[in-house]
Amino acid sequence: MKFRRYFGEHLFPPLLGAALFLLVWMILAQSSDALPGPMKTLDSAIALFSDPFYQKTPNDQGIGWNILNSLGRVGVGFGLAALIGIPLGFIVGRIQFIDKMTSPIISMLRPVSPLAWLPIGLLVFKAANPAAIWVIFISSIWPMIINTAMGVRQLPQDYMNVARVLNLSEWKIFTKILFPATLPYMLTGIRLAIGTAWLVIVAAEMLTGGVGIGFWVWDEWNNLNVEHIIIAIFVVGIVGLLLEMLLVRIAKRFSY
Amino acid sequence: MKNYVHIENAQMSFETRKGVFVALKDVSLNIARGEFISLIGHSGCGKSTLLNLVAGLLMPTEGVLLCADREIGGPGPDRGVVFQNHSLLPWLTCFENVHLAVERVFSASEDKAQLEIRTRNALALVHLTHAEDKYPHEISGGMKQRVGIARALSMQPKVLLMDEPFGALDALTRAQLQDELMKIVAKTNSTVIMVTHDVDEAVLLSDRVVMMTNGPAATIGEILEVNLPRPRNRLELAGDVEYMRLRSEVLRFLYERHAHPAAA
Repeated sequence: MKFRRYFGEHLFPPLLGAALFLLVWMILAQSSDALPGPMKTLDSAIALFSDPFYQKTPNDQGIGWNILNSLGRVGVGFGLAALIGIPLGFIVGRIQFIDKMTSPIISMLRPVSPLAWLPIGLLVFKAANPAAIWVIFISSIWPMIINTAMGVRQLPQDYMNVARVLNLSEWKIFTKILFPATLPYMLTGIRLAIGTAWLVIVAAEMLTGGVGIGFWVWDEWNNLNVEHIIIAIFVVGIVGLLLEMLLVRIAKRFSY
Repeated sequence: MKNYVHIENAQMSFETRKGVFVALKDVSLNIARGEFISLIGHSGCGKSTLLNLVAGLLMPTEGVLLCADREIGGPGPDRGVVFQNHSLLPWLTCFENVHLAVERVFSASEDKAQLEIRTRNALALVHLTHAEDKYPHEISGGMKQRVGIARALSMQPKVLLMDEPFGALDALTRAQLQDELMKIVAKTNSTVIMVTHDVDEAVLLSDRVVMMTNGPAATIGEILEVNLPRPRNRLELAGDVEYMRLRSEVLRFLYERHAHPAAA
């Protein structure tokens, strides 16, 4: 009985959703000669993942290398953004003057599509790879600044009163009150940032080339290998989902 | 020392959008060392404002406040504060919450082991040794408030300031903590200023009950001496003639002479 209830409430709905999704895909594939169906895609995926780390030429490498290269770019761009964005967020949140100084600039630059920054990156760095990292950096820095600053601003007055009556030093206030109180907001910023970064890397790599999941999609489009494009979509989705789950897990650990 | 805490013509006004709001006016009060003072009055009468002035969280717009002959220029460890909503840091254990205060005051003169002993002693004083490694969300409201008291007392303050410390607790827990507070105060010989809106609490705990008029421009209306012998027992006092007289004095002040403006 217990299993039946668990199955009915938690397993059945997503399974039904997946089945319907595959059904619609199959019907669409049947009525079109260009779109491969689920079985054909699965066959192709099995072949692809049986040798994920081959290296034939610089432009023809296994799917594993493509994913790792993309993750590496996201990691570097994102890491640099965190390194600069989070301290900046603390400063913006803590000092009203700087908040007022920077907020119009941030509000104006934030909605700009990250890809619009790519030419600037190419111009400055004169190479494709740093330009792609630059795009990741610029797209993930805004949520980190904004959310960290918000966390600092929403610090409960009670905690500051505690700091004042205990006469804590600035360092203690930062490590014992400001940082832990802001941490959940910071993690929200990081989550939003990594989501955007992973979203943007595919598009950026399509434009810059090199080894990476985005360029791989573009390459397979040129080869008219539609199965591989569909596989790439799934891979991008699953990796994005895993990144998100990892960060939710970390965020849960630090919520009070 | 007769004038351990000395408040002279303190006035507190706030700048608001509608102009200057005078919360407190012409407040003068002398508190002796080891005395237990309650500030009682209707909500909005400025009793918390007065407490915050002594704490140094607010600076008076006029007048002088002294603690042990030194002018109060800001918050300091010589005045321990217990907040109404306990204000423990949720990411620190009970031990760490108290240790933060101990460390600040004594780390210059004592070594690590001594600081830990101080922290443990403070928690033992409020009977929370068993909960020292628990986080605030893992313990009850009454226990949190006890940690708050331990934190304030661990700094060995000259004055203990309490802002409606038991206001958020249920009646049974409140009574239990009041009894504990009486014992702790007797043991440590603390000087206490407590804000309350509970008449029984004020009479039971205090040496003097300071009754405040309604704001704006609230001031001290009357001061009632409570000369009941200590240690006090709430059950014995419940039928005590003197206790009843004092209690009705406070009630009369609050509900006859200075009824709340909204209720009048």
